[in-house]
Amino acid sequence: METPEQIKARLEAALPSAKIEILANECALGERSLLVDAASGFAVAKFFRDDAQLKLDYCSNVTGVDWPETEITEKIKVKQVVDGLEKEVEEVKKTIRPGYLEVVYHLYSMALKHGPVVLRMRTENRAGQTHLPSLTPIWRGAEFQEREIFDLYGVIFDGHPDLRRILMWDEFVGFPMRRDYVDPDDYEYEPTPHDEVFDKAKKHYPVEVKAEVKPEVKA
Amino acid sequence: MIEEGLKNELQKQGVYVTSLQELYNWGRANSVWPLTFGLACCAIEMMAASMSRFDLARFGAEVFRPSPRQADLMIVAGTVTKKMAPLVVRLYNQMPEPKYVIAMGACAISGGPFKQGYNVLKGIDRYLPVDVAIPGCPPRPEALIHAIMTLQEKIRNQKLTGPDRPRHLNADVEGEYPVPAYGKHDLEPPKNPDLWNPPTMTRK
Repeated sequence: METPEQIKARLEAALPSAKIEILANECALGERSLLVDAASGFAVAKFFRDDAQLKLDYCSNVTGVDWPETEITEKIKVKQVVDGLEKEVEEVKKTIRPGYLEVVYHLYSMALKHGPVVLRMRTENRAGQTHLPSLTPIWRGAEFQEREIFDLYGVIFDGHPDLRRILMWDEFVGFPMRRDYVDPDDYEYEPTPHDEVFDKAKKHYPVEVKAEVKPEVKA
Repeated sequence: MIEEGLKNELQKQGVYVTSLQELYNWGRANSVWPLTFGLACCAIEMMAASMSRFDLARFGAEVFRPSPRQADLMIVAGTVTKKMAPLVVRLYNQMPEPKYVIAMGACAISGGPFKQGYNVLKGIDRYLPVDVAIPGCPPRPEALIHAIMTLQEKIRNQKLTGPDRPRHLNADVEGEYPVPAYGKHDLEPPKNPDLWNPPTMTRK
């Protein structure tokens, strides 16, 4: 199978408008993935499926990932002039990376027996602009998995034939798989609480009555 | 009411005497028909219990009814999610009296390994009166059979008259339980306060 670099080169030749980035993977397997911008996501997916060399006809898995806003601290060496001498001084640079939601598709080819090609798309942010193109028209098997990501992460898939909640009930508000989701407080009965559960259960403990029993002294 | 000793004496002579209560409870205890309904992996063990190896039929409980209208026993076998809980309560309400509930497995009792989940009900006893609870994850078929035997014992010992008579013979007691509604984050109400309230625990 082609390397991500080869796929990227051919994609850029076929779709000049697509912005493609190869993402490294730090895990042992080191499987790299292709990050595609949302606008050309659908065209890229279509290329993947129809291209004679790739023929990725099977979408094995769709996953959502929530990346909240994080502060990245980097140590950067900066040249400074101190007392007329040029010195290298280490500075801590803090940058805030805005949060976004990510959708990961694992694609295989049944016809050519190769894969996976990992396709990623990211939303603008986590609050208002969470639209991504639905790839269900290309791989029908993605339908329920995209619905699940919509249900649990809040990614809105444009072009999905039936975008409804699938696991939670329709009246449910919020997206439970997001990192900042606060789950309902029904920790009133925890016989053996520990860690986070202990902190949650504590709110339900009765207010301690600190009445010290004074030893009675006989006169 | 006939004395136990006299009854035994008469039985030795070939005279069989029984009370209506005994006969009635004997009939009920030996034909507990469960509702065909499973929620998770415990249901697999429930199916195994009804098959030939464990043979639930020996206890008169093999007729799994596909309709709540014909069932006497609800075996809550598996994780009750918050989405499923109103449907479980509704099924229970549709069952005719007398009816019983077995909470099978850790999930049905307390939520089990999924207890801290945002979508799992922490025990069906928050909405339904549970007669027998079986611990285990999942409980073996023998445990389910033991639960049914325990339930049979409970049925056999029910008095048909008096203040402790079963619910179906007491016109003042409501047999239906309120079905919770889907709320924004949780079920509303999150528990039936008439049935379940958190036990007060003394902590140091």
